[in-house]
Amino acid sequence: MPLSHLPINKKARIASIHGGYGFQRKLGVMGIREKQEIKIVSKQPFHGPLTIEVCGSQMTLGRGMAQKITVEVVQ
Amino acid sequence: MGNPNVGKSVVFSRLTGANVIASNYPGTTVDFSKGNMRIDGKRVEIIDAPGTYSLEPTNKAEEAASKMLKKADVLINVVDATNLERNLYLTLQLLERNIPVIIALNLWDETHHLGIHINEKELETLLGVPIVPTVALTGEGIKTLVSRIKDAKINEKIKPTSEEGRWVEIGSIIGKVEQVEHRHHTFRDKISDLTIRPHTGIPIAIGIIFCAFWFVRLIGENLIEYIFDPIFENLYLPIVMRLSEWLGPGIAHTILIGEYGVEIDFFESLGILTTGLYVPIAAVLPYIVAFYFTLSILEDTGYLPRLATLVDKIFHKLGMHGHGIVPLFLGLGCNVPGALSTRTLETRKQRFISATLLAICVPCMAQMAMIFGALGTYGLYYIGLVFLTLTILYIVIGLILNRFIKGESPEIFLEIPPYRRPSLKATFKKTWMRIRWFLKEAIPYLFVGVLIINVLYVIGILQWFGNAVSPVMEGLFGLPGDASIALITGFLRKDLAVGMLITLNMAPLQLVIAVTMLTIYFPCVATFAVLIKELGIKDMLKSAAIMVGVAIIVGFLLRIILLGA
Repeated sequence: MPLSHLPINKKARIASIHGGYGFQRKLGVMGIREKQEIKIVSKQPFHGPLTIEVCGSQMTLGRGMAQKITVEVVQ
Repeated sequence: MGNPNVGKSVVFSRLTGANVIASNYPGTTVDFSKGNMRIDGKRVEIIDAPGTYSLEPTNKAEEAASKMLKKADVLINVVDATNLERNLYLTLQLLERNIPVIIALNLWDETHHLGIHINEKELETLLGVPIVPTVALTGEGIKTLVSRIKDAKINEKIKPTSEEGRWVEIGSIIGKVEQVEHRHHTFRDKISDLTIRPHTGIPIAIGIIFCAFWFVRLIGENLIEYIFDPIFENLYLPIVMRLSEWLGPGIAHTILIGEYGVEIDFFESLGILTTGLYVPIAAVLPYIVAFYFTLSILEDTGYLPRLATLVDKIFHKLGMHGHGIVPLFLGLGCNVPGALSTRTLETRKQRFISATLLAICVPCMAQMAMIFGALGTYGLYYIGLVFLTLTILYIVIGLILNRFIKGESPEIFLEIPPYRRPSLKATFKKTWMRIRWFLKEAIPYLFVGVLIINVLYVIGILQWFGNAVSPVMEGLFGLPGDASIALITGFLRKDLAVGMLITLNMAPLQLVIAVTMLTIYFPCVATFAVLIKELGIKDMLKSAAIMVGVAIIVGFLLRIILLGA
């Protein structure tokens, strides 16, 4: 499912990241890469940004960016 | 060099003793700082580069960092030990460059709290360059770092590789040197969650902003009442009065002190030594001190990125994203640092909108002093009208510019650092750094402003101009012709115009119009100069046209709404 659909505080693993090379790299250097564990800390209302936790640090990213990230829930 | 928010600036100031702004907000070092230090009796120059996650830049600050790299003889790579994996990406890129590297493993003390164990000896062997654990805030490890700078070396074995290759390499390094204990949700994590989730975060944000402004007022008022005013009234005034008598009537008296025979009033006399000195130092400076001190605390704790997250949606509608709150906040103190911080926004469109809105709708402390000085005696209602107008303008102009300015408004992408306890010393240092902008830029302009205005007044040019444009002022805005003189003065310094407005004996609602127009129509010369540098001449002309246009439209609308046709 797209990252934006992941419920808050549920652990998941990044399955794939769509988008151009520049976009992938921008996320990659921040630790957002395939196979990394990820979790959503908060979602702002009215399609506002998401705050996620990945690789031991938190970051905020826009909803549109989150649509391009596909995740699988980890049991 | 290093990632944003890892303590580079603190390491730098430890090494050089220089004043550097360090904050718990990614991207505050937009300009680089230089400093000198001695190693074994030799003088070397150290440069503090803006934080960057990689050598392929995504904004202007990061671009500056990559360019600086080419000139370096030795690189001190500051690494956040609590986030080794991500930080090592830049480290590997640096090691590929054939420049000697030494690594400061900073925030070393935090790793213990977080249950992270790093074998730094093993890491040193694997990377082949010296590694020194440091706690820059307390100074721990800095001496060792200095003594080992000469050991910095090039790791010949690391060759340029692909992005994927670097991550594989990092994965293998991390596996060998780092162990992380499972960690429970701490109190700090809970606060962090509460302040970033909308239903708790938004009320908390409103509370914090409210408290912050209350705190600014408290400090500012007390500084004025107990320190600045007594000094001016009791020590300085007698000296000026004696000077006044000694000078006698004449041009020198008018320029230095004000009109002869009229009792000296620090707001209204308009002499270099009276208004020119009192307004910036005793009326504006105390609030600037209070404001930047408070803002520095908010920054250093790490609250601002959370606030940026909460307001992102609104700012996105205005063509920026949550980061746009930084120029807005910094600009409330003095527009100059605000204008400089627009540099951290990614695209030209975002920078243009943010700078234009800053110049039009964000009153700096000097402007606020003017607003409060002119309207304070009539009551909060009138002051409220001015601020309400400015807020509406910020939103309306933002919405319009977002629609018509070409270019992209990328989404927010911002690291949320853990909360940290601000160091009082660092906070004071940073407050001082920002006040210096005001002292360096604003005060000379105020002096020159008073001088020019007085000379023009003595020659009679100002009166002539006032008469010439008085039909426009009266017809369009319902203001006396002499208000135009205040508008001209306002270009040099806004706070200077207040005295002129007070002496015109306008009705409170007329004052609201005049003060609002003064705030909108142009930034002061100092901000103007910085904006030309940041936006380029062409964009700045566009921006200035918008400012003047908006001032005329708003002045006219206010006249119709407040004074009737």
